[in-house]
Amino acid sequence: MLEIKNLHVKLEEEDKQILKGVTLSIGAGEVHAIMGPNGSGKSTLSYVLSGRDGYSVTDGSATLDGADLLAMEPEVRAAQGLFLAFQYPVEIPGVGNMTFLRTALNAQRKTRGEPEISAGDFLKLVREKAKALKIDADMLKRPVNVGFSGGEKKRNEILQMAMLEPKMCILDETDSGLDVDAMKLVSEGVNALRSAGRSFLVITHYQRLLDHIKPDVVHIMAAGRIIKTGGPELALEVENNGYADLLAEVQ
Amino acid sequence: MGAASVKAEALATRLGGLALPDGMTAARETALARLSAMGLPGKRDEYWHYTDPSALNAVQSKPAAVSDNGAALFSGMDAVKLVFVDGVFDAAASDDLTLSGVSLGCLATAPAGHWAQTAYGALESAGQNPIARPWAAFNTAFASDGLLIHVTGKAAKPVSVTYLRRYDAANVVLHHVIKLDAGAEFTFLEQGPAAARLNHVIEIDLAEGARFHHIRAQGRDLGRHAVTHIFAHLGAEALFKSFTLTADGALTRNEAVITFAGPDAKAHVAGAAMGDGAFHHDDTVFVTHAAERCESRQVFKKVLKHGAVGVFQGKILVKKGAQKTDGYQISQALLLDDDSQFLAKPELEIYADDVKCSHGSTSGAIDDTALFYLRSRGVPLRAAQSLLILAFLADTIAEIEDEAIAEDIRAQLETWLARHES
Repeated sequence: MLEIKNLHVKLEEEDKQILKGVTLSIGAGEVHAIMGPNGSGKSTLSYVLSGRDGYSVTDGSATLDGADLLAMEPEVRAAQGLFLAFQYPVEIPGVGNMTFLRTALNAQRKTRGEPEISAGDFLKLVREKAKALKIDADMLKRPVNVGFSGGEKKRNEILQMAMLEPKMCILDETDSGLDVDAMKLVSEGVNALRSAGRSFLVITHYQRLLDHIKPDVVHIMAAGRIIKTGGPELALEVENNGYADLLAEVQ
Repeated sequence: MGAASVKAEALATRLGGLALPDGMTAARETALARLSAMGLPGKRDEYWHYTDPSALNAVQSKPAAVSDNGAALFSGMDAVKLVFVDGVFDAAASDDLTLSGVSLGCLATAPAGHWAQTAYGALESAGQNPIARPWAAFNTAFASDGLLIHVTGKAAKPVSVTYLRRYDAANVVLHHVIKLDAGAEFTFLEQGPAAARLNHVIEIDLAEGARFHHIRAQGRDLGRHAVTHIFAHLGAEALFKSFTLTADGALTRNEAVITFAGPDAKAHVAGAAMGDGAFHHDDTVFVTHAAERCESRQVFKKVLKHGAVGVFQGKILVKKGAQKTDGYQISQALLLDDDSQFLAKPELEIYADDVKCSHGSTSGAIDDTALFYLRSRGVPLRAAQSLLILAFLADTIAEIEDEAIAEDIRAQLETWLARHES
């Protein structure tokens, strides 16, 4: 599904190398987690994969089902099935949440050469998906993320994911700013989307999210590289001992 | 030669050969006297500092081609549809001047003793203090036609006016007088390329509890020069709402002069303007709170590209004794490139001690983070930009109460954005 090879990335503005050779392979239906200390490059990886401005790839490649992800505009990546759940979902005053969802869904369908979804079908779909995430009609009517609590914003990200049905989902610190109940709700939403054809890359600082979203593979990232890869037990090791031991091991 | 004599001379040149039209003679003569005392506006006048009046002052108007003479807006509305061509009412192209709850007439054909005889020019005259508005006085003196609308009850439907023109150099002076009795309700819609050079005045007198909605669209004639004035006088508990959409136009100066004369009234005046290239748009608003517990809102937004210029001059004057005034003013510009410019002069002048007045003014570019967020969800760059531009203007459209009209305006904005993508 997602193949990242020797990815080197520089932050354009500061001319600073953030990623220094990331290699990662995620198969269809797999859930991978990336853990790592602050500043290790986790969020940069998610932004580069989704096509945000301000980063330049100096070496390496990233492909989605064999297609060169890095050559595509962000909207094309989305239409090809890539989705980034933002660490800080963006507030857009003046754009209603429903309008936003429908515009996004239809734009992706158009890019893929599919017909637009009818107003009636859309409404039915969004109500059903919103209900499962305990998103009420008022949240759907309000401008995108404006006045939403931290938990509401993250639930709204998962709602977008559920509506857009991507095949490769990247969750960037989706647990940040969530209380226990909200984390459970969000995790349930994610788990409901797990399927044989859909893969996940879960970026997190803490093991606790991985209690809810069980990963197949755990990677530890530090200083712009993946320094260790293992099973779910690796996350527990980090939880118990911190990153210091792992960092010392590789140095 | 002093400034006053320069102005007097400019005025004499401008008026050369112009004769006062028939009817409303007394009002026209006093307006001409006011105008003579003021002279034409000049760059040195405080309220003409950001807007060069020379194209208005010039004897000859510059021709302006009409790119689309069609009446695209409000077509689905059940309304009395009236047409003006080159500044003259076209009875043959219009619906009958009959509407339940409303007396409709025309300035050019008003008989002697018409009710508007005392109203014509009255609010314009009152609105000349403390700031002179020479083009409004000019209008009262020389208006060729206009509507005289007296609303006695709840109007059965809106009046929708379309302005057309046959000549690329049409120079038009229009003056509407609208009077609402106590508790009356009325909606007034305007659209169309009225003139290459337009001078337009509406005087609106709202008695106690009257409700007035005004929506107008200025646009699609790129070379247009226009100066417009709205003079509104609100009695107790009256409601005044005015929204203007401006697309294109070489020079547009829209003034609104609003006075609260009775308590508990509300006035909202809003404008959305979009300009690409040779576009200069000026919103100049003066709200006077002379009564208690009134609410005023000014919401003006501009989308500017390729060197377009936006101006906002908004003032809230709260007179002594106008306690519990709630005055709000926001003016914002979205600059789509580095060449465009927004000039804002918000003013508050307050002589009462228990009031709530706020103002804000910003200019900036499209938010990159929001743009990326939309694109990451699959919305293409152009569509994402348009969505964010519409979102920027949303506050102004929110001032339109009728959802069907708001939808019409939104569609008009989208069409404009599609045409001006690059």
